[in-house]
Amino acid sequence: MNELISIFIGMAVINNFILARFLGLCPFFGVSKKLGNALSMGMAVTLVMFIASVTTWIINHYILIPFSVEYMNIVVYILVIASLVQIVELFIKRTNLTLYNALGIFLPLITTNCAVLGITLINAREGYSLLESIVASLGGGIGFLLVLIIMSGIREKLEIADAPRSMRGLPIAMLVGMLLGLAFFGFGGMI
Amino acid sequence: MGRFGKEFAKGIVISNPLFVLALGFCPALAVSISLDNALGMSVGVAVVLLGSNIIISAIRKFVPNMVRIPIFIVIIATFVTIVNLVFHAYVPSLYESLGIYLPLIVVNCIILGRAEAFASKNPMVSSIADALGVSVGFMLALLIISFIRQMLGTGSVSVFGFNLFTLPVLGEQPMVMFILPPGAFLVIGLLLALFRRMGVMKSE
Repeated sequence: MNELISIFIGMAVINNFILARFLGLCPFFGVSKKLGNALSMGMAVTLVMFIASVTTWIINHYILIPFSVEYMNIVVYILVIASLVQIVELFIKRTNLTLYNALGIFLPLITTNCAVLGITLINAREGYSLLESIVASLGGGIGFLLVLIIMSGIREKLEIADAPRSMRGLPIAMLVGMLLGLAFFGFGGMI
Repeated sequence: MGRFGKEFAKGIVISNPLFVLALGFCPALAVSISLDNALGMSVGVAVVLLGSNIIISAIRKFVPNMVRIPIFIVIIATFVTIVNLVFHAYVPSLYESLGIYLPLIVVNCIILGRAEAFASKNPMVSSIADALGVSVGFMLALLIISFIRQMLGTGSVSVFGFNLFTLPVLGEQPMVMFILPPGAFLVIGLLLALFRRMGVMKSE
C-alpha cells in the first residue's frame, strides 16, 4: 500500500509530468488560457492515460512478452493510443452528450500528446504491475490536471500584465513554468 | 542546386523549428542537460526525419487522403524503433540517459508536422533538403540551450568525456538549478525573448 502511495505522489507532484518531465507542454502553453478548458483538457488526458495504461499493460503482458516482440512496443503503443482515442470519443458521444461537449474538441489532440505515450513507456520501463500502472497513470493525470489549472489562473493575470514586448506570450509562460517548477521542488521531501 | 539550398537554409533560421515555429519543446527541454544528450537527440531526430520524409514523399501519390495520418505515424514509429535499437546496441550510455525521450520522438510535432506540411506535397529531393535543414536548425537550437545549461549548471563544458573548458568560480560552485528542470524553462524562455528582441522571430 505504501508503495502505491509513493508511486502516486511521485507521479503527481514530485516528478510532475509538465514541470519535471516536460511531457504535454503543448496543452500547457496552448489550452491553458481558460479555467474551463484547462479542466476539460486535464480530465480528458487523465481518462485517456488511465485507459491507455490498462490496455497497453494487457497487450504488453499477454502479447508482446510471450512472443518476445517487446522491441515493437513503440509502434504498437502509438496505434493502440490512436485507436483508443477514437473509441473513447465515439463512446462518450453516444452515452453522455454533455461530457462530449465539454471534452469533445480536446480528444483528437490527445493522440499526439507526449503525456499519454509517456506514461505507457514509463510503465513498461519501470516494470509496473497492473495495479501500479493504474496508480501511476492516475497520479500522472491528476498532477497534469493540477498544473494546467494553476497555469490557467496565472494566464488570466498574465494576459493583462504589462510585460516587455519581446517577453509576451510564450517566453513569459516559460518563466512562469520555471517558478512553478521551483515551487514544486517543495514536494520533494514528501517521500 | 539552388532550390535544394533554399529549402535547406529555410529550416535553419527563417523557420527554425524550436525558436521560430515553437515546435518540439518536450524533448528540447528534457534532454538539454548536456551537450552529449543534445547531440544524441538531434542525431535521432535527424535520422527519423530524413527517413520519414524520404518514404512519405516517395509514396505521396498512392496514399489515400483519408488515412494519411495513421500511415505517416506508422512510418515514423518504424524509424523511431530502428533508431532506438541502434542506440541501444551501439551507444548504450546515451540510450540510458535519453530514457523515454528517445521513443517519444514518435509524437514530436516537428516530424509529423514536416511530413504533413512538406513531404506529402513535394518531390523527394526537396523533401530531403527540408529534412536536413530542419534537423540542422533543431540541432543548433538544442546545442545553444544545452551549452548554456551545462556551462552554468556544472561550471564546465565537456563533450563525450573531453573537457572543453572550466569556468573559474562556477567550476567550484555551479548553479545547479540550471541542470534541473526549472533551469530549462528559464534558459528557453530567455532565449526566445532574446531572439524576438533581435527581430529574428516575428512577435505575436
